[in-house]
Amino acid sequence: MLTVLAAILGIASMVGAYFAVHSKKLTVAIIATGIVSMVASILFLLLAAPDVAMTEASIGSALTTAIFFFTLNKIRQTNE
Amino acid sequence: MNRKTLIALLIAAMAVVLFPLYESYQGSEALSEVGQYYADNGVEDTGAQNLVTSVVVTYRGLDTLGEVTILFLAASIISFFLSFSKEERIENRQVRSITEILTTSAQILVPMIYMFGVYIFVNGHLTPGGGFQGGAVIASGTLLMFLSNPNFKLNHKIIHFVESTSGLVFVLIGVVGAMMMDGGFLSNKIAGYGFGQVGSILSAGAIPVIYTFLGLKVGTELSNVLGIYVESQNEK
Repeated sequence: MLTVLAAILGIASMVGAYFAVHSKKLTVAIIATGIVSMVASILFLLLAAPDVAMTEASIGSALTTAIFFFTLNKIRQTNE
Repeated sequence: MNRKTLIALLIAAMAVVLFPLYESYQGSEALSEVGQYYADNGVEDTGAQNLVTSVVVTYRGLDTLGEVTILFLAASIISFFLSFSKEERIENRQVRSITEILTTSAQILVPMIYMFGVYIFVNGHLTPGGGFQGGAVIASGTLLMFLSNPNFKLNHKIIHFVESTSGLVFVLIGVVGAMMMDGGFLSNKIAGYGFGQVGSILSAGAIPVIYTFLGLKVGTELSNVLGIYVESQNEK
């Protein structure tokens, strides 16, 4: 059961990583990196590391994604 | 040979190199010597129910101080590079309109997220998580505030005061432990109430005190970084 779930999550994180690298739209790429972090945090939880999962969920998928979006917005403002 | 075949070959070569590692891996049956020591003596030495906390704050307390320093340096460098003068500011920047759903749910959720963050670091010695995790959760609450209200501004004076005071208290606890008690720098024995009953909220000596200040420091630091990024959007 755990192995199946871990395999599904691993595949999901690989799909997210593919979109993060190959997506033409930068917003899609940023959201895909957030999804990779989210999946990683669920994996950490399954592997009995709830404290690492907490850090990954809040820093990896919330704060980093937001900071990427702020930076992207800034770059677009500068290019206009 | 084009670029794509080269990349494919490189990945295949890495797979060949790394496969023996996977082949020869076998999970260890027993804990390592250090891990065994922590598991046997951790509760007795530190009084903390959460062994991870006793390692992070007491046995490897100096490393935690180093981590806090690195985070402080990163935040300082960000505020140094993204600082800007007041004249170059755009007043009342046009933002996309914010939906009713986001503002209403933020009003309900933000206090709960803050309370959860405080819960994590206050209970750091009992349940998983601690200062860093609680601080990160608090910062994600601040992020929700920024997203739901474009005019929300952090009070930098209070933020800087809380941040520097908690950092100072953390170091002072360590120094007092080294000077007054026998345990050395960041010793766990300075809180007046001793170790207490293992598993109760007032236990584990200095760990809850250190984690409370650590949580405040990390929370304000990450919130401040977010605030700097949001303010830099108003710059010309």
